[in-house]
Amino acid sequence: MNTSRILAATLVAILLGLASAGAEDGHATPNPPREKWSFAGVFGKFDEAQLQRGFQVYREVCSNCHSMSLVKFRNLAEKGGPGFTAGQVKALSAEYKIKDGPNDSGDMFERPGRPADAFPSPFPNEKAAAAANGGKAPPDFSVLAKARTYERGFPYFIFDAMPFIGYSEQGVDYIHALLNGYEDAPKGMDVPAGTNYNKYYPGHLIAMAKPLSDGQVTYAKGADGNPVVPETAEQYSHDVAAFMSWAAEPHMEARKALGFRVILFLIILSGLLYYVKKKVWADVGGEAHGLQPELHKTS
Amino acid sequence: MSGHATYVPKSRIAKWFESRLPIVGLVHSSFIAFPVPRNLNYFWTFGAILMAMLMSQIVTGIWLAMHYDPSAGNAFNSVEHIMRDVNYGWLLRYMHANGASMFFVAVYVHIFRALYYGSYKAPREVLYILGVIIYLLMMATAFLGYTLPWGQMSFWGATVITNILAAIPIVGDTIQSLLWGGYSVGNPTINRFFSLHYLLPFMILGVVVLHVWALHVTGQNNPTGIPIKSGKDAVPFTPYATIKDVFAVVVFFVFFAYWIFYQPNYLGHADNYVPANASVTPAHIVPEWYFLPFYAILRAVPDKLGGVILMFSAVIILAFAPWLDTSRVRSANYRPIYRQFFWLFVAVCVILGWLGAKPPEGGYVLASRICTAYYFAHFLIVMPLVGLFETPKAMPGSILESVTGPHPQYGGSGMPAGAAAAPSSKG
Repeated sequence: MNTSRILAATLVAILLGLASAGAEDGHATPNPPREKWSFAGVFGKFDEAQLQRGFQVYREVCSNCHSMSLVKFRNLAEKGGPGFTAGQVKALSAEYKIKDGPNDSGDMFERPGRPADAFPSPFPNEKAAAAANGGKAPPDFSVLAKARTYERGFPYFIFDAMPFIGYSEQGVDYIHALLNGYEDAPKGMDVPAGTNYNKYYPGHLIAMAKPLSDGQVTYAKGADGNPVVPETAEQYSHDVAAFMSWAAEPHMEARKALGFRVILFLIILSGLLYYVKKKVWADVGGEAHGLQPELHKTS
Repeated sequence: MSGHATYVPKSRIAKWFESRLPIVGLVHSSFIAFPVPRNLNYFWTFGAILMAMLMSQIVTGIWLAMHYDPSAGNAFNSVEHIMRDVNYGWLLRYMHANGASMFFVAVYVHIFRALYYGSYKAPREVLYILGVIIYLLMMATAFLGYTLPWGQMSFWGATVITNILAAIPIVGDTIQSLLWGGYSVGNPTINRFFSLHYLLPFMILGVVVLHVWALHVTGQNNPTGIPIKSGKDAVPFTPYATIKDVFAVVVFFVFFAYWIFYQPNYLGHADNYVPANASVTPAHIVPEWYFLPFYAILRAVPDKLGGVILMFSAVIILAFAPWLDTSRVRSANYRPIYRQFFWLFVAVCVILGWLGAKPPEGGYVLASRICTAYYFAHFLIVMPLVGLFETPKAMPGSILESVTGPHPQYGGSGMPAGAAAAPSSKG
């Protein structure tokens, strides 16, 4: 019997060897560094101040090219988000001009935004966005943090699924890394006009020019008159990535909080059911256990 | 109708109703008095778990359909509308998407349990084949459902699979344009896929009824594979199996809830959060994890039609297991050689799954070919030959003996006096 076990193990080893040999060739895109996020993990929550700063970066920089059409102004005041007040959101939305209509005379018109409006897009349509950006429309931000990822490969993908050591922030880590990944192209690499070299972008040639640089956005000062966080590209990218993470999953806090209660309830219930079952089965001499009950005989 | 004998309607209304439609008696014989082998382990609770998952999928699915818009232009946004604006819409959608994965986790445990304990052998062939039909319907339903969010992976998955069907000789093109409703995957496709996705679960439910019916004719297999010989080998379904199944379902739901609440997107693909775009092909088009072994088999063959034939054969061959296995012993517990091959087969399926997620190049292709060959060899060579040459281990005299040893301390039967010693011969 042992021989067939050894044979089986050898076969598995050969197959894994063959497969990993196939994995060797190729892509020199480094994995994005893993950042610390307040919203990671079982008890993760968004940092309101960070989301507000992230929104500011989006508004002042990113929104010039990137739409965020699924997010509405009112979302900014909803629980588990950036924590703006209803009044702030009302005032903010009113700063935007929204195209509406047709009115009773059949004309389109512009009106001030309302909290129920979605963030207006920078371009009237995808073709216009593409035409203004070298042929490819900049992606919408609404779910981008969930639409981007990178592969961690075997065996990490197994650990990533597990409680407490799990990892589900690949998308936001990738975005943060990408925003900081602009460098000079390695010698001998041809960077065509209209593209830029980015360490973390698959294929390295990205149409977007380096979007964030130090001091570009002025954050609100703290009580002592000094900035609360440094005004650096690194900090901006952190903040805007966190904001995008919230935009992609606005009910994340509610989800994690409900999940904790549901799982706790189910664990307690299953514990009680276990003892009920034990009591019921005691009437017929208890249960057989295991894959091979004949090996668990009581005499 | 020995199972029915134990149900005696008490009130006048119950008697009146039972003499006109004996459905209470049917439920009683199937879920209350039904004799269950007393040595079932937790692998036998997956039937109940699957039933719970099917119900969960149908209920969440009906609610999602109230908010979903099956059109190429708006499907993606309507799913996001569910995620953002519908009350607990995120919960419904994550339950439904992860529920599909959990359904397959449970069905794979259920299938491998049947293969390990020889539950496919006489007299349970029809029961088992109905199970294979349910599995096929599940695969179709899951594929159709995955296309509905109309993300990149939905769109390109639909394109790849419908193109595969076109490889079928003679009728392939007709099937393809029937599914497409046009000349490519587009708005008519998502319309009919939604319609079919809503239809198939109820067909599954119908076959599940037949599956349970067939089960209650032949009775359950058990870890020894020995049939119930006396009332002492069995306990009544209620309360013994009921409480055990409820406990197992709740434990499984802890696992299910973890995915819903803490890893809701782990089992999906990031690319499916990019709206479908016919002019941009994703770098790797990969199906959901539960199809990966079959995807690996499809790509292991250099010829398109050959790959399609092999992929479908990989599922269909399951239905032939009752006749390919020549051993008269059901349970692999008593089959020392087959047991090792069984675990090798499980390992090969897992490796095929991993290979299905890898790009079809270099060593991966070779490894896929070796594993594909072994997958079929398990059914066509191992199953017939091992049964002929293997010497089974000594088996206990009865189910009761397997639990308590040859001198049972608990002679008392769990079955009420006069209850069925064997399962009912009719539904």
